[in-house]
Amino acid sequence: MPVSKLVGARVKRREDPRLIRGLGQYVDDVNLPNTLHVAILRSPYAHAKIKSLESDAARQHPGVVAVVTGSEIKDQIGTLPVSGGNETLRVPKHYVLAVDKVCYIGEGVAAVVAEDRYTARDALDLIQVEYEPLPVVADPEKALAPGSPVIHSEWSDNVAFRSEQKQGNLTQAFKEADKIIKQRLVHQRLAPIAVEPRGVVAHYLSSDKELTVWSSTQIPHMLKSNLAQMLKLPENEVRVIAPEVGGGFGSKLNVYAEEGLLGYLALKLDRPVKWIEERSENFQATIHGRGQVGEVEAAVKKDGTILGLRYKVIADIGAYHQLFTPAIPPFTGLMLSGCYKIPAISMELTAVFTNKMSTDAYRGAGRPEATYVIERMVDRIAQELKIDPVKVRRKNFPKPTEFPFKTATGLAYDSGNYQLALSKALKLAGYEKLRRDQKRLRNQGKYLGVGVSTYVEICAMGPKGMWEYGKVQVEPNGKVTVLSGASPHGQGQETSFAQIVADELGIELDDITVIHGDTAAVPKGIGTFGSRATAVGGIAVYQSAQKVKEKARELASHLLEVDPDDLNFAEGRFSVKGVPRKGFTIKQIAQEAHQGGRFPKKMDPRLVSESSFEPSNFTFPFGTHICVVEVEPQTGTVEIKKYIAVDDCGKVINPLLVDGQIQGGIVQGMGQALFEEVIYDENGQLLTGSLMSYALPRAADLPRLNLTRTETPTPVNPLGIKGIGEAGTIGSTPAVVNAVVDALAPFGVTHIDMPLTPQKIWSLCQEAKAAGSGGRR
Amino acid sequence: MDGAWKKKISVRINGVDHVQEVEPRLLLVHFLRDLAGLTGTHIGCETSICGACTIMLNDNAVKSCTVLAVQADGADVLTIEGLAQGEKLHPIQEAFWECHGLQCGFCTPGMILTTHQLLMRNPQPTEDEIRHALDGNLCRCTGYQHIVDAVQYAAKAMRRRPTGKRQGKEQSRSKAQRTLGQKIN
Repeated sequence: MPVSKLVGARVKRREDPRLIRGLGQYVDDVNLPNTLHVAILRSPYAHAKIKSLESDAARQHPGVVAVVTGSEIKDQIGTLPVSGGNETLRVPKHYVLAVDKVCYIGEGVAAVVAEDRYTARDALDLIQVEYEPLPVVADPEKALAPGSPVIHSEWSDNVAFRSEQKQGNLTQAFKEADKIIKQRLVHQRLAPIAVEPRGVVAHYLSSDKELTVWSSTQIPHMLKSNLAQMLKLPENEVRVIAPEVGGGFGSKLNVYAEEGLLGYLALKLDRPVKWIEERSENFQATIHGRGQVGEVEAAVKKDGTILGLRYKVIADIGAYHQLFTPAIPPFTGLMLSGCYKIPAISMELTAVFTNKMSTDAYRGAGRPEATYVIERMVDRIAQELKIDPVKVRRKNFPKPTEFPFKTATGLAYDSGNYQLALSKALKLAGYEKLRRDQKRLRNQGKYLGVGVSTYVEICAMGPKGMWEYGKVQVEPNGKVTVLSGASPHGQGQETSFAQIVADELGIELDDITVIHGDTAAVPKGIGTFGSRATAVGGIAVYQSAQKVKEKARELASHLLEVDPDDLNFAEGRFSVKGVPRKGFTIKQIAQEAHQGGRFPKKMDPRLVSESSFEPSNFTFPFGTHICVVEVEPQTGTVEIKKYIAVDDCGKVINPLLVDGQIQGGIVQGMGQALFEEVIYDENGQLLTGSLMSYALPRAADLPRLNLTRTETPTPVNPLGIKGIGEAGTIGSTPAVVNAVVDALAPFGVTHIDMPLTPQKIWSLCQEAKAAGSGGRR
Repeated sequence: MDGAWKKKISVRINGVDHVQEVEPRLLLVHFLRDLAGLTGTHIGCETSICGACTIMLNDNAVKSCTVLAVQADGADVLTIEGLAQGEKLHPIQEAFWECHGLQCGFCTPGMILTTHQLLMRNPQPTEDEIRHALDGNLCRCTGYQHIVDAVQYAAKAMRRRPTGKRQGKEQSRSKAQRTLGQKIN
């Protein structure tokens, strides 16, 4: 690559001018003439038989065009797709609308199609459903107990799948250990809550035999293939458009019932149809994240060396699988080694059906669980052995010279320098002084806590079939169109991809347009998730730009009648070595390549190139987060006083965007640590069904974050970039929990399950006081 | 719906009068989006928690998902589309762009109008005051830090260019209209 002008620069986003003016077009802003509106009747029961469904009154309501029920359409739309899983996987039939029974609160039962959205909602109230309630099981541990109600009667119990990942000699590790430390850990269910709820518009153009579906999705190409299959249409008759998408965080990495249903209704009614999810529906019927309960055992030497780790875990699947549900918990097993040399590791996983919404990918998707397990355990080990938690971390880090570092779980970490990130963070935090302050303040009855999290994560999905597509075409006027199969929804690749291409072709940023999210414009793609868009999709774009440049060189050499090697390239212009005035700009070459006549016969017209990139390995971003809290035992409140994050995502295309990803990610991780939890009661009733009862982090809850970076390029791709979409979320949760537990050490607290609500903290402090151990060390 | 009782209302939106017959239950946000065709105001929760639908109603920032359109009869509304003057962005819009104060952009119109309200009332807010003022607007992407930066940046720019301060409020209003806005707020 030539000297970078734009790659690495804090370039303002090119997406923003439309968004700050309110001109972005999200799904609900797609208004086609004659559109019908769809509302969905959802189950108020977590588990019940549908005994009867009476919809005549709704059908006759003025303005209602159609009512459809599960039993009417079950043979006309395929069931929802599932990916991943092993031979033990049980896949219950997951219909677009429930057929005979419902298995969770919010499961769709019927749909009304009407002339406007108010009428559609009115008509829902006219549908009479008679339910016969069935016994409910909402708790994943109870769902495995003998005698539990069985949700899917095809099988004798609620097991969705099992797996065992076991590497190294655990027996020996536990035999040789000086100490075995056990801890039960709960990763509560979370709601992703993209601020834009889901939405679908579908339109069938019968003259052209084309079904177009606009969906708020992260994966337009995967959705297209799946919709074609569900609707039994040839794939070339389906087009999916992901317009402006208002956040996803994994929740829009899916194929949802409503997407299939709307496609079906558009085909059947021959009019455009629109469904926009309400927030209460979003809580009930958009996937949740996390939902693991596990027992960890660590085998350690007196000096803090970790010999082995066992994790026995139950994953709460919900009532059905969604697209990647079975693929998420195994990621936890893969990443259990964290950034440490642990010779023996096992994860015994039981995934279980419960009468709840499905869990699936939510920012981090299995990796935050792994990081939480290992980072909490390192602190537990330090506490038990009375060693500083930083020392335990250093003791077990691989050296920078040991990369690629092979873990017991079978991965090869690409590159890293864990010591450097840790040292930098400790220095920024003033760690030694914090420990002295902590001691002094405790004597004054103030409880300062310092939490460290040294994380590593796996991203840039990835090798083995997870490629991404990119195309660069120089238009005849010299402007450049970039097409990508990634589907950004806030990450800013319209800017970062343009930076990559501008540098490679020596052209201005403003001469580049980046197109994504339309399967008719971009021939193939996989989508945006797993921190892959830049580290995989960006590379495909980069390679295409290189190919375009090589073709331009070939044409320039032909036009100038010199050898390609005798050409210099600078500032978007090829010139003859030693004769700089003789040359052609990319723009001139693009014109020549378009007009024809002057380019070699064997050459294709136009400066257009495409490529797909499939990396040889995952990438492994890492870093150190340090959180400093003050806990008030009288009220149980936690105040974050200071937050330091040193992240390493390899080479950086645009530091502004990277900072944005890290900040947003950290706050989402803090949300899990302190505020958020999806709660169902024992009847499967969703108690946190609105933003009034589900606590998202707000601006005033948070401190200013202090961010910096180290830069360890990955050898996995030519730009050395690792991906940064999820690192903040993965790193921050254990830092916050470790800090609060550290603050409460004088109360004898060794662990608290998330979220760390004032009520939980206050109760623990009260119990400690009652037991006479409260407050002083 | 045909046959339903409707009321004729007139709402001045971004300086243009919109006269429509509406059902009394029609929400102001649907009036803006579906009848006036101004889709920059977004709906994120329908319960006035998320703030994506924040607009200015007679100079007060309100959540238009919990205001009836008939309540805005005779009122002045400013939406995100009315903030820039032609091609010239409002200093708050410039600031959000400059500071990377948005990612997916869905909460952004509400954030910008809430900031507009804050800076009208307090041209030199502290970071705490900014964070407090933004508490009724949720953002899931940014972690708020760049939004806070943007508000600070805008405040500074608007103090330098005081003409920008009252931008977007070019219409005159009757006292009655102002009272209405306050009541709803």
